[in-house]
Amino acid sequence: MTVSKVEKETRGTFTLELDPGESGFPFLPGQFNMLYVFGNGEVPISISGDPERPDILVHTVRAVGKVSKALCRLRPGDVLGVRGPYGSSWPVDACRERDILFVTGGLGLAPLRPAVFHIFNHRRDYGKVILLYGARSPDRLLYTKELETWSRALRVEPAVGSAGPDWKGHVGIVTNFIARMDCDPAQTKAMICSSESMMRSMISELNLLGIPDREIHLTLERNMKCGLGLCGHCQLGPTFVCKNGPVYSYDRVKELLAKREL
Amino acid sequence: MHDLLPFLAEHDFFKDLDEKYLSLLVGCAKNVRFEPEQVIHREGEPADEFYLIRKGKVRVEIHSTGIGPVVIQTLTDGDVFGSNWLIPPYKWLFDYRAVERTRALSMDGKCLRGKCDEDHDLGYALMMRFSQVLSKRLYMTRMQLLLELESFEDDE
Repeated sequence: MTVSKVEKETRGTFTLELDPGESGFPFLPGQFNMLYVFGNGEVPISISGDPERPDILVHTVRAVGKVSKALCRLRPGDVLGVRGPYGSSWPVDACRERDILFVTGGLGLAPLRPAVFHIFNHRRDYGKVILLYGARSPDRLLYTKELETWSRALRVEPAVGSAGPDWKGHVGIVTNFIARMDCDPAQTKAMICSSESMMRSMISELNLLGIPDREIHLTLERNMKCGLGLCGHCQLGPTFVCKNGPVYSYDRVKELLAKREL
Repeated sequence: MHDLLPFLAEHDFFKDLDEKYLSLLVGCAKNVRFEPEQVIHREGEPADEFYLIRKGKVRVEIHSTGIGPVVIQTLTDGDVFGSNWLIPPYKWLFDYRAVERTRALSMDGKCLRGKCDEDHDLGYALMMRFSQVLSKRLYMTRMQLLLELESFEDDE
């Protein structure tokens, strides 16, 4: 596919728009693609665009390794390989008429963004929707224009690790503010994305609120290679993250995540 | 003042506290209001009180030479702040400033210190409650350090 647009989000983080051609690229919120930069290699990257815009395929990438750095160097007109979409999705249809609490930080908003788009596009189908989103500092928040647009229909609660005095949002890690979100635990489904250590902390707070494990959905990052559940690189006990995941309900993977050897 | 009793009794911080202590605490409490940007306390001032936020938002700042004020935490409805009335040398360690109009209950810590010395059961009950607040803040700070470390590795 051809790169149609590159936008710098924050330092070292870029959003690439790809042109999937006339057939478009339908996907479900939470799914990922394997992106191949010729001569460099292939990496799994979450799709971060609007699922109702299959004419634009969007990925947000942070330049950390050889391939992701090469992805961030691409410019409009460059060509890259795309395999996908792969994996499971956020349960946006099963959440209709429910309240939704998104909790995420940093680049973790990218895999959740299609689910937020979906809910924003179908706002009347859902109850109270809260997006609690954290970053190290205000200049590290992704998609700031969209956060503003979403805040017209959803409750957007940005939190940063530290800030100057002109910042009006929360300061502290997102976990700290979960208890303040006034959620009805019987009505709420939580969707979270962060590092595993941070997600354990989030889940602990969600459980304290009374939200049970089965109502918490998370996306996992493992060493995904084939995307088909064949090579075994992303195996987590009996499941393959690339095929059975990356989105799971927490009750399905709770025991597996507690095992440090896996 | 006695109209504050239901508020104290229902507040999470004082949950399950003996009624006789709640009545005593009401005697040490007063309603306060802070306007946006009003400084509540500055680092180094004597810490003779603590606060329960009823409605509003307060930011905790450290003044960094060269950078100016750095906000390290925000506190909102239901939060408790100010534990240094309990711990020598009884000084505020950070600056506290209202972000927006904030209503709070100010508790006279200097008076409570004396009462805690006289009645160790009260002292224990309050220390237990402040330990939970401090323990949670320490945990959150460590998680924040972990996040910094993870982000630092991403930046490398």
